[in-house]
Amino acid sequence: MVIKSMHDSLRIPGSQEDSVAAAKIATILDRHARDGTRLVQILREVQDAEGWLSPATLSAIAEGIGWPRAQVESTANFYSFFHTRPLGEYRILFSDNITDRMLGNQDLMRSLCQKLWLEPGHMSEDGLVSVDATSCTGMCDQGPALLANYRTITRLTPERIDEMAHLIRRRVPVGDWPSDWFHVEDNIRRRDALLDHGLAPGEALAAALDRGPAGLLGEIERSALRGRGGAGFGSDIKWRSCRDAWGDAHYVICNADEGEPGTFKDRVLLSSYFDMVVDGMCIAGFAIGASKGFIYLRGEYRYLLDRLETRLAQRREAGLLGRNILGRGFSFDIEIHLGAGAYICGEESALIESLEGKPGKPRIRPPFPVTHGYLAQPTTVNNVETLALAALIAVKGGEWFRGIGTAYSTGTKLLSVSGDVARPGIYEFPFGVTVAEVLEAAGAPDTQAVTTAGAAGSCLSADEFGRHIAFEDVPTGGSIMVFDRSRDMFEVARNFAHFFAHESCGFCTPCRVGTAVNARLLDKLANDHGSPYDLDEMEKMHRLMQGASHCGLGNTATIALRDMLAKFRPAFDRRLHSPDYEPGFDLDAALSQARQMTGRDDPGAHLTDNLSAHAGETPSEAQP
Amino acid sequence: MSTATDDAAVGTTPRKLKVATVSLAGCFGCHMSFLDIDERILPLLELVEFDRSPITDIKHCGPCDIGLIEGGVCNAENVHVLREFRANCKVLIALGACAVNGGLPAQRNHLELADILQQVYRTGHGLADGSQIPNDPELPLPLNQVHPVHEVVRIDYFLPGCPPSGDAIWAFLTQLIEGREPALGHGLLHYD
Repeated sequence: MVIKSMHDSLRIPGSQEDSVAAAKIATILDRHARDGTRLVQILREVQDAEGWLSPATLSAIAEGIGWPRAQVESTANFYSFFHTRPLGEYRILFSDNITDRMLGNQDLMRSLCQKLWLEPGHMSEDGLVSVDATSCTGMCDQGPALLANYRTITRLTPERIDEMAHLIRRRVPVGDWPSDWFHVEDNIRRRDALLDHGLAPGEALAAALDRGPAGLLGEIERSALRGRGGAGFGSDIKWRSCRDAWGDAHYVICNADEGEPGTFKDRVLLSSYFDMVVDGMCIAGFAIGASKGFIYLRGEYRYLLDRLETRLAQRREAGLLGRNILGRGFSFDIEIHLGAGAYICGEESALIESLEGKPGKPRIRPPFPVTHGYLAQPTTVNNVETLALAALIAVKGGEWFRGIGTAYSTGTKLLSVSGDVARPGIYEFPFGVTVAEVLEAAGAPDTQAVTTAGAAGSCLSADEFGRHIAFEDVPTGGSIMVFDRSRDMFEVARNFAHFFAHESCGFCTPCRVGTAVNARLLDKLANDHGSPYDLDEMEKMHRLMQGASHCGLGNTATIALRDMLAKFRPAFDRRLHSPDYEPGFDLDAALSQARQMTGRDDPGAHLTDNLSAHAGETPSEAQP
Repeated sequence: MSTATDDAAVGTTPRKLKVATVSLAGCFGCHMSFLDIDERILPLLELVEFDRSPITDIKHCGPCDIGLIEGGVCNAENVHVLREFRANCKVLIALGACAVNGGLPAQRNHLELADILQQVYRTGHGLADGSQIPNDPELPLPLNQVHPVHEVVRIDYFLPGCPPSGDAIWAFLTQLIEGREPALGHGLLHYD
């Protein structure tokens, strides 16, 4: 009966293909209990099955979950990885972080497009393939990278691109492509307390259960653990407020939406330290009184999903997850939700919206997630690294942890180091390490600039490399991108500006318009139309967006740009075409279509860019 | 060149500020809204003298203190007029939604100009036989796209609204004339 009603909404009755599609959709809907809060997962699975999300498919899903169609469409249109038009059997997305660019991704993308006879962003005429760019895929230490039907391929070379074009033309399924292409390295270069933890799976969890919730919270407080996502909020305060908040149920969310350009440490933790992360989640659940947790895994890390699911299942079998963990009467289970290509979902309230099946637009706060989070229930959202560290603290105690790092930034920090360094990868350092020490360890002798918090944080110049990585000096979520003296910092700024213009969720005007204005101004400079007014405008935009944006994205989107304008001014001044105002487009060329259609070529059919030539002849007539 | 100091030296009363106004690709709605300052135009005229403006019918702008631009830039003549204003006005103001953003005329920006001309003059309904796209050199050619004024010249102030209210224009001008940095509070700034 269900299939029949869906069949009607597909509006092409009778065809066998359609009824197969409708049956597939019905199976997926049933697997998710026709629950609208699972819409992001439903859309992804349906798209995997159908290739794209057609209007009929969206109607069928809307009917299936009992939501208005407009709401389903709004979610489907919000996420980059969902497409509401066909984009071919093969969808190739080149990671377009500045580090990928520095490794030559643009030439590779052009080359693949040429070989496949298509334009970036458009499907090939035979409907076989589309090629486009996407935001950083978290493979900066082994780029250039791309996603082929949302599967990660690293270390691209011209040879791999050649072969890929060949495989696509021969319609070889992505799953049958050479397996070494999909290999992702951990590249751990320096281990400290966390990466050398030496604990067995569940050991930390057992220690936490021994301490009891109050004892555990006491240890977390003594450790002075601060959130590793970048903001550095005190974990004990977050957990206590969540525990104390009234609700029908409490939730733990592991924020694995590692979207900041240049960061990939959570990927390594999930890949090789997953038990510590799961222990940490269980511990958080024990501390706040939750029995359910979610891992919000970024869509770019789709390749990890099956492996992580398998490990969760193994832990359930081993009594380390699910009902009555370790036979101690504590029950806690974890579900993995996959994101779909939206940087903003790293913001905790946007992440929760996404978990509820909606577009990832940040909520108005307060109320904060600790009181009104997932399904309006008390929810603690913690970074992957924070949870792993909580597991470590449960075993070794707060005092021990506090002995590492600085007074205000205790413990160690995982740094994802990429760009112009000899040894890109993961470096675990105690907080307080200087930028110079990190550069030394990674092998970066000729460094011009370092961005210390991805695209959304400060950019340091060489005279600041003595500064310390810590919340009280140089705060970081872990993204350290290094630029040597051969790099044009203008291009770095432009890459970041386009990233933010693409990733702004569009909810508030300062961010939606401001990020687009900055991207256009930098393009204006790149196109040789720059003037000092454009630089002033960017400064103005920085001040405006800082105060007026709805969330952290808008508030941080111009920090690196402002730093680069201040510290690497010659890179921008070099692009200025005139000391006076300069339009961003060629006015004479803007008459091209009218000239062509009228056949005119008289002087009046042209516009010179000489302002004074015209202005000079008019005032004489105007004077009384 | 006539400047403030020259005039001040001659007379005892301060020289009146010169104001020019024009509507480019606009509907004159912002000018009508300007007239909504009603009887306040009399005290305004104590302070300013109009140069080029629909009020005076002066055809070209001379050296001015303040220039008010209504409407976006849709054709070559708009470009010439706007450049003339920029060259002559010390302070240039984008007045209203079309000047600030392109506004309603910019709705054509998602269409190809060639297609529009073709359809309007050649293939549309109700055209005389042999109808052609006008090509008289007297006529300004339309630009491929309609632009807000700040994309063509430097603009000092933006006064949004469709139209900005008479009160907003009055408050803005009086603050500017008094030599203050114009700041319109809540209630005077509208983006619709």
